This record gives sequence, structure tokens and C-alpha cells, in this order.
Amino acid sequence: MKRNVLPGLPLSLGVTLFYVGLIVVLPLAALVFKAASLGPEDYWRIVSSARALASYRVTVLSALGATLFNLFFGLALAWVLMRYRFPGRRIVDAMVDLPFALPTAVAGISLTALFATNGWFGSILDDFGIKVAYTPLGIMIAMCFTSLPFIVRTVQPVLEDLDPALEEAAQSLGGSDWEIFRKVILPLLAPALLAGLSLSFARCLGEFGAIIFIAGNQPMSTEITALLIFIRLEEYDYAAAAAIASVLLLTAFAMLAVTNWMQARALRYTARN
Amino acid sequence: MSTVVKGRKPPRVGDQPLFRRALIGIVLVLVALIILAPLVIIGVEAFAKGWAVYRDTIVHPDTRHAIMLTVLAALIAVPVNTAFGIAAAWAITKFDFRGKRFLLVVIEIPFSVSPIVAGVAYLFVYGLQGIFGPVLDAYGIKILFAIPGIILASMFVTAPFVARELIPLMQAQGRDLEEAATSLGASGWRTFLSVTLPNVKWALLYGVVLCNARVMGEFGAVSVVSGNIRGQTNTLPLHIELLYHDYQATGAFASASILALIAVFTIIAKVALERQGAGRVRSDPLAAANPAEKAS
Amino acid sequence: MKIRLDHVVKTFETFRAVRDVSLTIESGELVALLGPSGSGKTTILRMVAGLEYADGGHIYFGDQDATDIPVRDRGVGFVFQHYALFPHMTVAENIAFGMKVSKVKREKAAIDARVAELLRLVRLEGLGDRFPAQISGGQRQRVALARALAVDPKVLLLDEPFGALDANVRRDLRRWLREIHSELGITTLFVTHDQEEALDLADRVVILKDGHIVQQGTPEEVCRDPQSSFVMKFLGDANVIAAEVRDGKAYASGAAIEVSGLADGKAELYARPADLDWSLQGPGIPASITRVLDRPDGRRVLATAETGEHLEFDVEPERTVKAGDGGFVTLRRAKVFAIG
Repeated sequence: MKRNVLPGLPLSLGVTLFYVGLIVVLPLAALVFKAASLGPEDYWRIVSSARALASYRVTVLSALGATLFNLFFGLALAWVLMRYRFPGRRIVDAMVDLPFALPTAVAGISLTALFATNGWFGSILDDFGIKVAYTPLGIMIAMCFTSLPFIVRTVQPVLEDLDPALEEAAQSLGGSDWEIFRKVILPLLAPALLAGLSLSFARCLGEFGAIIFIAGNQPMSTEITALLIFIRLEEYDYAAAAAIASVLLLTAFAMLAVTNWMQARALRYTARN
Repeated sequence: MSTVVKGRKPPRVGDQPLFRRALIGIVLVLVALIILAPLVIIGVEAFAKGWAVYRDTIVHPDTRHAIMLTVLAALIAVPVNTAFGIAAAWAITKFDFRGKRFLLVVIEIPFSVSPIVAGVAYLFVYGLQGIFGPVLDAYGIKILFAIPGIILASMFVTAPFVARELIPLMQAQGRDLEEAATSLGASGWRTFLSVTLPNVKWALLYGVVLCNARVMGEFGAVSVVSGNIRGQTNTLPLHIELLYHDYQATGAFASASILALIAVFTIIAKVALERQGAGRVRSDPLAAANPAEKAS
Repeated sequence: MKIRLDHVVKTFETFRAVRDVSLTIESGELVALLGPSGSGKTTILRMVAGLEYADGGHIYFGDQDATDIPVRDRGVGFVFQHYALFPHMTVAENIAFGMKVSKVKREKAAIDARVAELLRLVRLEGLGDRFPAQISGGQRQRVALARALAVDPKVLLLDEPFGALDANVRRDLRRWLREIHSELGITTLFVTHDQEEALDLADRVVILKDGHIVQQGTPEEVCRDPQSSFVMKFLGDANVIAAEVRDGKAYASGAAIEVSGLADGKAELYARPADLDWSLQGPGIPASITRVLDRPDGRRVLATAETGEHLEFDVEPERTVKAGDGGFVTLRRAKVFAIG
């Protein structure tokens, strides 16, 4: 190892470790410790209760739906912003960040106002017999909103850096637009898309503020896992809250690991011999 | 010579006029429906009962207290987080040590953890059923269901914000400049202030702006640890929820309009900072999700 | 396939990259577009490929007007400066790409056989499964060529084909490309800023400056009979000596040489280092030697003329010359261009 030339390692690393330890690691460790102190039988009973299972189902299914929608919409949005010039492009580009900048509670009440049966969109959809507010569809829409920027913002820089010569080479070899997109551009976007997808999915799984206003929050049907944790807390059932929270936490860690692995796989062609 | 037509470009992939127009059209409509409409309706609902009602809500003592508390939380959490971000970026980019990758992963954890989980986790540290709770209670120190809890929870959810803007940039800039300054006899602080900081100031500000927006808007984690005591531990987002569930929709939207305004200013600041080059060094997808790749 | 450019014009924003270029490339010919950067050579190549459209003029492939045919239908093989290999595909997949997307459907076995044949042609047998990141620059260059040849192009176009490679690899690949061209007989146009590369490789060299063709011809023609001081200087080292033309002769401080077709007046005399020699007696340009440079293939002498001009010339290694010697620089041959 190289000898350190620059000063400040003990101070900066000390501050970093202390802060990360106190703010991030300690609370999460306490949560895991609390959940672990339940004992396997109690733990299993709580996390596999019918109500908890129903909450996982609605959370995961809505998150999958929202992420899938954002995959197409996010890719289309990134493509339009990077490849075409049209009036208002910069404004649209800036607006993509709104879901990140707008507090989730604010997003929650405004989406509810839009999609309630007497709202701008809700009333129109109601005429077609589609109910959004207080249904799983509402959960999905709230998730779509809050996680939209992830895919756009991870794909955009890769699209920008894509060597134009690759596309020209594919054209000179006779490829049609669709073939070039599918066989050249899409595979090169794949690592970024995967990163965006997993960030988006993780955000959907953990989202709370934007959803609780629009979801209806009926146990067994429109109650998301994050809300179930909150309800257990309000009932002073701390053990159950810890157990279910630990499920969300472990899922988040598993997602991180899977994402890293998939990205490494997707980029294996860049490795030298 | 034949007619001269300037600026003709061969079509790139996706440049057929019909496809192009259709795609732009679809995307713009969806942006209007999904992103713009929620912003517009906040204004519409906030002023649904006229200016007077709006003003009354904003100047109501509970609202003013919520605003004060939100600002206070930001005034403490953001500078502390900024100091941490700078320290972390300096340690990670200017030195080699074992476990660097792991440290980077840990710093990024709050991004993937649900805010509710974060809130619950804090209960088990400072709550009565937590590690330090009983001790703190014995000395009469209140952290949970009080302002310190709100600030701690905000710090958790925003921990990576400043660090993740600085690390990729300082990584890309390398160590040469700092090593040159040190070899010329500059102290560590001096080197940081006169060599490093000028090169990363926009990225730093960018991280600070985003961190601030998140602190002011955080809902899930704060709602677990705040205790939701009206006029005492309600931040602005919690105040909105309270009004909304009290069937004071107009009041809720009026309060929300303040946060929406902050969001709009955040975006304007973000665009302005991006023009200065902030937020740019992240083109490598691996670095975005996993800066350890670049740093190690 | 014969290619003809007829008064072709191209402007980017306000930069006039190509100004009224007419050029014919005969079927089976290997032609170099040679020029400094900004001379429009790459733009011409890209217009022939269909990667840029001409603002004015026409490009003919045989008798067909190809000016507006998009690149994918033009049937050209293009080798990009930095190869533009698809990084996520193996070498074999890169080469097969054109056949897979072709309108002419091919059996998988036929594609595999053709890929194997091309790998053999570019001497990369056994590397088909590697990714571009895993092979050397010279190997990538050959993959790019194989990929371009796989679609049986009517024309092969290469943009600075050896620009990114080091000197030894360049020399090898140059010879090898010449062999491939003789074997396949495909009409080939390549762009380079390296005069040695152009002269070594091409049947005919087209020299460009500021979007114009300034001279074209075989390597012998452009070397032996440069038509302008620009071509003279661009093709290699040249001494420039002030001269005066009187009655069909150019005089340069003590040396004189026959010229024809130049009016009397001030002129510049251009001579390659090999066109000058050193002598202890006149007539010649009085000069003194300032430095002697020894090189594996000869001995280069730097001298200063009495008029103050710096001169460089080559002598046999056996000649005893040393710094400080006085004498005369004599002219074996030279080109004289009027000033202005």
C-alpha cells in the first residue's frame, strides 16, 4: 500500500465512521437485534400472519407494476429528452425531478385529489368504471410518481455518452432502426436500466407518505407493509413492528446485493483478460 | 452546380418524423398527467376558498410553529450532514484503506431503506423499549417524540446526499492537486480550503440543496419518531397530514403549497447548479448505484 | 464499383468543410485522401458512405446517383477511426452482425462459415469468442475490417485506419491491408493525415487543403512533381531557400538551377534533404555546419547559410563532416515556386 501523503485521514475517517455508526448502523442494528430477540417461532408467526402476507402481496405487486410502467415511460422520456429537440425540452427535463423534490405527503394529497371520484382524473375514469383512489391501482400510481426519476436519470447520461459511431456502424451494416435499437442500443443501456429499475423498485417497496393518502388502507386489500408497521406501532405492538420492519430491511439488502450482481454480469464484457 | 440545401443530416435511429412526433406527443401528455397535474392541483386546491382562507391557514399559530420546526430541523441536520459528507468524501477519495467498498455501501444504505423502517429503528435506540431509552428517561432527556428525534431521523434519510455528490467528483479529480499543495507546505485545512473546495463547490452546493429539500419534506421517518403533537412536534409535512385527516383539505393544500414552492425552487437551483457542472460526474452507471467500483 | 463525386459541397454551421470537390475513383482502385486536419477529407469519406449528406453536388456509384441513398442501403463497408466495435458482442458476433440484420436471410450455418472464413482472412482464428475489450488495438482494427467486409460491400471506406496504433503495428497492418486489397480487388478509399501511409499504400493519392483538392496522382507523380509549395511541404521535409528567377534560371546565393515556365522575379526554391549535398568547393550556397545528426540509415547535417537560412541535408555515413566546417551546399535538384 502507498504511504499516505495527504494529511487528515484520522480526522476525516474518524468523523465518517462515528457519524455512520451513530446515525445509520446503530439504529439498524438495534432494529435487527429487537427482531432477533423475538425467537424464531414468534418471529415467523408475526411475519407470516395473513395480514402481513396480504400487505407484502399488495406492496410487491404494486411495486412491480409501477416499476414496469416506469421502465417503459422512463426509457421513452430519457430517449425523447436526449435524442430530440423540441420547444420546452429543458422545462420537461427539469420537471422530471419534481417527484424527488416534492415531499411525499404533498404528492400523496395531490394525487388523491386528482384521482378521487370527484377529482379531475378520477371523475373521468369513474365514467369508465375505473376506480383509482382507495384501490391497489391508486397505490401503483403513487409509486409510479415517486419512483419515476430513477430510470430517467440513470439512463440519460448513458444515452448521452453513447458513441454515435456505434449507431453509424450498425447502420452501415444494413441494420434497421428497430434492429439497431434492440441489438445495439438497448444492450448498452441495460446496466443503467437495471440500476434504475432496482432503485425504483426499492423506492416503491419502502414508499409511505405518497401512498397512505390514496390507498384506502383496508387490511388484507390496500394496506401496504410500511403502513402495517406504522399501525403495529400505534397499537404499541413494538415486537411485531420490529419483525415486519426487519422483513422490509432484509428485502432492501437483498435488492442491493442482487443489483450489484446483475450489474456486474451485465458489464462482464468490459472486463479485460 | 445543383441546388444547395444546407444542414441536411442523415436520419439517426428513431428519427422518422412520424415516430418522433408520436413519441414526443405521448411522453409530453404523460408528463403533464403524472408530473405537472399534481403540482397544479396543489395551487388550485389551496386557493379553492379564496385568498383570505389561504392567508388564515398560513398565519395560524399551528402552521407557523410547523414551519419554524421544519426550518429548525433543516438548520441543524443540513450543516451536520454537510460536514459528514465532506469528511467522508475526503477520507474515501484521498486515501486507500481496507473496507472502503464496504463503507461506501453502508453510506448508501439509507437510500434503499424505507423511511418507516428508519423511524422504527430509532425507536429501538432512543425509545423506552430501546437500548438507551431507559437511561435517557432516568436523566429526563427526551429524544423521541421531541425535536432531537425529528432531527436524528432526518439525518438518517439524508445521510448519503452530500457524500454521493462529492465522492465521484473528487475521485475523478484525483489527488495530484492536493499532493502538490501539501508538498509546497500547505496545511491540511489550507489545502482543502484553497485547492479542493474551489473545485467541488458547485457539487457541494448541489448536494446541500437536495439534502435540504429532503429534510424539509421527510414524512415517513419523522412521523414515527415525532409523536405528532400538534403545535409541538409537528413539522410541515406532518401538519399537512393532520389537517387533511381533520377534513381541512384547503388548509392541508395551503400548507402543502409552501412545500411545493420549496420544491420548485429546489429544482430551479438544481438546474442552475447543473449549468455550473454540478451533478455531472456520474455517467458510469456502476458509479451511480455503486460508487465503490470507481473508488476501489 | 466506380465512384464519382461531382461538384460536392458541404458546410457545417458556418464552416465550409468541402468546397466543390470533383473526384473519380475507378473500380478496384485503392485511393488515399490525404490532408491536414480540417481539410475536409473525413467529411468526403462520410459523404461517400452516406453518413453525411452533401449540401450540393452529386455522388455516383457506377451510373446510379447515390447522393440521397441512406447509409444502410448504400452497400458500403465503413471502418471507423476508433473501430466502433459493439462492446457487448464477441468478435464473432460483431462480424456476423451485418449478415444477421441483412434483408437477405442466411442460414445460421452459412453465417458461421462466413465468420470463420473472415476470421481466417484477418488472421484472427481462435479469437471469435473474445470481447473487443479483451483484444489488442491492432486486433480490433482487423475485426472492424472483417465486420465491414462481411456484408460484401461494393466499396470499402476507412477513416484513419491506423491512426490509433503504434508505429510497428501500423507498418505491419499497412502491408497486410495492401495484400487484402489485391486479393479481393474491392474499390477502397481511405483517409489519412500521414503522408508515408498514403504513399505506401495507395494506387493514387488525393491531397486536400481547406476543402479543395490541391493535387492528385500516383505516389510517383505527387512525389516527383508537386504542383505547389503546400504539397511539397506537406509530403515531407523540405528546405526553403529564397531565390530569384532570371531568364529560365533560379539563383539562390551562389547556386543556380534550370527552371521552366516561371516569369522573372522573386521565388522560393524547395529542396528535400536528399536533394542537397555538401562540397568544399563552389559553386554552391556558402554555409557552415552547425550540427551533425547520426541516424541508423544515414547522417543528417544541419547548416547555416551565409544569408542566415537554416539548411538540412543528408550525406553518406562515411563522409567526414563535423560542426564548424565551412563549405558549400550544392543543389542536385529542386522545385521552384513563384511567391504569391
